[in-house]
Amino acid sequence: MKISPRAASWLQVAPMATVFVTMVLVPLCIIFAVSFLDYDFARVFPEIYLASWSDALGSRLTLDLYLTVGRFLIITWVITAFVGFWLAYFLVFHVRSSAIRLTLLAAAAIPFWTPGPIRMVSWVPLLGREGLVNKALMSLGVIDTPLTWLLYSDFAVVLAYINLLTLAMLGPITHSMAKIPRSLIQAAQDQGASEWQIIREIIVPLAKPGIAIGTIFIVTAVLGDFFIVKIMSGGQTNTPANAIATELAAFQYPPAAAKSVMLLVIVVALVALLLRFVDIRKELRD
Amino acid sequence: MQLKKRDAPEMTPEIPSDEPRLRQVTKGHRFDVELVALTKAYNAKTLAVDAISLRIPRASYCCLLGPSGCGKTTTLRMLAGHETVTDGAIRIHDEEITHRAPIDRGTSMMFQDYALFPHLTALENVAFSLKVRQVPRKEREAQAREYLELVQMDHLANRLPNQLSGGQQQRVALARSLITRPKVLLLDEPLSALDPFLRTRMRAELKRIQKELGITFVHVTHSQEEALALSDVMVVMNDAKIMQAAPAREIFETPANAFVARFIGGHNVIGRDGKTISVRADRCRIGTGPGLNSIAGEVTMVEYHGPFVQVSVCGEGNTDLTAMMSDAAYFEESPRIGSKVALSWEPAVEHVLGPEAVAFLAK
Repeated sequence: MKISPRAASWLQVAPMATVFVTMVLVPLCIIFAVSFLDYDFARVFPEIYLASWSDALGSRLTLDLYLTVGRFLIITWVITAFVGFWLAYFLVFHVRSSAIRLTLLAAAAIPFWTPGPIRMVSWVPLLGREGLVNKALMSLGVIDTPLTWLLYSDFAVVLAYINLLTLAMLGPITHSMAKIPRSLIQAAQDQGASEWQIIREIIVPLAKPGIAIGTIFIVTAVLGDFFIVKIMSGGQTNTPANAIATELAAFQYPPAAAKSVMLLVIVVALVALLLRFVDIRKELRD
Repeated sequence: MQLKKRDAPEMTPEIPSDEPRLRQVTKGHRFDVELVALTKAYNAKTLAVDAISLRIPRASYCCLLGPSGCGKTTTLRMLAGHETVTDGAIRIHDEEITHRAPIDRGTSMMFQDYALFPHLTALENVAFSLKVRQVPRKEREAQAREYLELVQMDHLANRLPNQLSGGQQQRVALARSLITRPKVLLLDEPLSALDPFLRTRMRAELKRIQKELGITFVHVTHSQEEALALSDVMVVMNDAKIMQAAPAREIFETPANAFVARFIGGHNVIGRDGKTISVRADRCRIGTGPGLNSIAGEVTMVEYHGPFVQVSVCGEGNTDLTAMMSDAAYFEESPRIGSKVALSWEPAVEHVLGPEAVAFLAK
């Protein structure tokens, strides 16, 4: 049997297209439609009701939620980018044996060996009132009473993000740096550049695609997270994703749907903005 | 052979009087480069470079020639400061620089892959060394333009490396190396990535620029043709040692040993009366005559090259021999593949080869 090249292309695309349409596009359309419907406790009526949207777009609460998550995002991004960049620099340019480099890179993934809830719980013996950090600081005489903001606070949320997401920065930046030919560094040395000048003039510009891809991971992870923020803040801090989860738990589907669509638009806009800085096809190609 | 003729005017030591500004004054020393028992050991057993000594006279074009793994690139990288020296010393312009940083040696390296900074334009690439020395933008761009002119790339100054062809990238890399005003320019197989036509053109260009600047070029290559065409001093290496270092003509006419004779090509290496001799293939012919020395054999291959014909002969004791005959001489006899012939030469053209372990110093 002969298949025309056109038909063959369609056949090849079909499996992924089916998954994408039935599991992403159709649900999204349903969510979008539901966001315009009326509701009461546990029921949705097929009647147009725009309050979900006016609430989502216009309320002071929404602004506060986005300011909170924006703060988390910026702090997390600055620290993971800084730590990720220097770890990658060390791994790629200062670790000579590639076996050790791979081992260290794998070690950075150790936090992911345990499931999320265990990971969250295991912060307690470290950061809790009776935790290791407080005990150490008290026995050193730095503080008299235990620090209460170590756990169940915004600090704890950011700490957990950094703990988990540094790898998301480290990976892409390492990849970008590993692609820089050694002869480029040697040529820069020949030209009299100091180590710091080589970093600023050669390595940072060439690592930019990695930083951009890492940033995309961080943005999507932080904006989409409701679990870490809930556990690590002890339920005291709310973010947009968190607010959606709360409304879902209360069966308030239309407002949850409106907020979801809004969050999606913001995430897509941020990712689109970041993709202007990096040619993702080129990155995947080489 | 014609190439040599074309190069000939470039070989004259006069410098074109309209372009003296880039020429560097080097006075008061005898050798541009001296290697003293230079050694590179990766571990106790493997020597990449084994106590080589070499003196390169002022303003020479020096080619390091040898098969892959012979230590020529390691030697170059030690000269550049990109490889640590295990033992021995390097002197440039009478100054010991063995352990100095790349920038403080007076060397500059042109890399095999060109190593241009992909995010910078040709002009910015060339101006890089001035930028890291905080030379003001206007001044460094003016200087970089001058060097781009030297390599005839000023019209493409604002292109990124990936918008340039291989040959163009190489010119930019050359300008970038030269702008640091090195005493010695190091070139790591600079022509190997170019197509044959561009290779011969770039070769003449390198020689022109070397003469124009009046500095020493050290050029690593595995092509004997390239080395013969370019070298003032030719260094043949094998197995971490220097087999012979001499002017190209001396190496071709009087190879030091069987390795050099074979590697340089165009020679027959023959065992005779307990000695090993070499005879140039273009001095051999098919057929015997009075007063000629000869070896009997069987023709295995005939290749027509235009001005000459190359006849391969399998001689006594399974030795591979070659005669390069003028086309006229060949077609007089027209030996066919498989015919029993004698390969002969004048006794006067025999050259006695030495043992392979001897290292030579350039004069």
